[in-house]
Amino acid sequence: MGSLKPADANQNKGGFLATRADALVNWGRKNSLWPMPLGLSCCGIEMMSMLGPRFDLARFGAEAARFTPRQCDLMIVAGTLTWKMAEAARTIYDQMPEPKWVIAMGVCSSSGGMYDSYSVVQGVDMILPVDVYVPGCPPRPDAVIDAILKLQTRIERETPVRDLLATPVTEGWEEGTGRFKRQPNKSNPTRRDGEVAEAEVEAAQ
Amino acid sequence: MTVMERLATALAGIAHEVETPADGTPCLRVAHDGVRPLMQALKTGGGFETNTFVTAVDREPAEPRFEVVWEFLSVKHNDRVRVRMLSNDEYPKVPTIIDLWPGAAFFERECYDMFGVRFEGHANLRRLLMPQAYEHHPLRKEFPHQGIEPDKLYREWDRKRRTQGGQPS
Ligand code: SF4
Repeated sequence: MGSLKPADANQNKGGFLATRADALVNWGRKNSLWPMPLGLSCCGIEMMSMLGPRFDLARFGAEAARFTPRQCDLMIVAGTLTWKMAEAARTIYDQMPEPKWVIAMGVCSSSGGMYDSYSVVQGVDMILPVDVYVPGCPPRPDAVIDAILKLQTRIERETPVRDLLATPVTEGWEEGTGRFKRQPNKSNPTRRDGEVAEAEVEAAQ
Repeated sequence: MTVMERLATALAGIAHEVETPADGTPCLRVAHDGVRPLMQALKTGGGFETNTFVTAVDREPAEPRFEVVWEFLSVKHNDRVRVRMLSNDEYPKVPTIIDLWPGAAFFERECYDMFGVRFEGHANLRRLLMPQAYEHHPLRKEFPHQGIEPDKLYREWDRKRRTQGGQPS
């Protein structure tokens, strides 16, 4: 269990109430990550053992793997993503409710790995915003648990309540859908998303 | 009794050449028109109840360029036979054998996917491994190792998704 410490000592702009609320929300989020197990090949087996009793991801509150993206907030891409599968992976990611995070497990999903070939996506960061990369082929379950812990420290630094207060509700609300407009994961510095580059090209046209 | 002795009566009257490749499996070479009668003879007279594989070889720069290969196994007699057909077409046309060996359907789809061999009479000749709309055949010699625009179809789909908002978020 983490402590209820202030969100970030450097970001004390939000005032006492907002920072405390941030800390509470982040504490809740980071200790109840629900993974979407996108087990695509051999890494998927290692992920199963990570979720099982021996490595016991339940110690960190992230063992509730759900096979519907609607109930998940952490996508673990475990395995070789092919271009044919990329549409499905992106659809699953889109269907996950915000806030959501992505872990690229193994060299295949981090960079294409040894499959420098015509059918394999050379890193899932070409189609998804990845938060943590885990090297290894396959990575040991401990390495992925470490990635989840690293992700937890990152979630601690997010400022959900202050973001919400900074955005007037009328702007963020999507007409007639009863939900907020989907915001890109702004806090993600590792985004090498084709989408961004392409959106810029399209904006220039 | 060797395979060829066993096949001698079944293959009487069907044009073919017999070759013995280095691995010792008897190999029959036929032209396009000889494929169907030969296959029927192998199935009925030869007792080959199993089709092991259907594939192709891109022999570039040799001529003729493509070679379609079938291999059959007789479990009863414990022997094998291989059939080859050479073709110099850009997209070789070959009669299908799925009416004789239904299990060949997937092999033919894979062969079509990877080499562009057209199997005449195959009712469902779609790609097996690559996306349906892909335009190239990956195991051909001219196909580069890292592919030709491997992300093109995904990018098209992605653009449609973002501009038309088809996907729920
Ligand atoms: S990184 Fe290694 S173990 Fe993981 S999916 Fe790729 S090949 Fe398999």
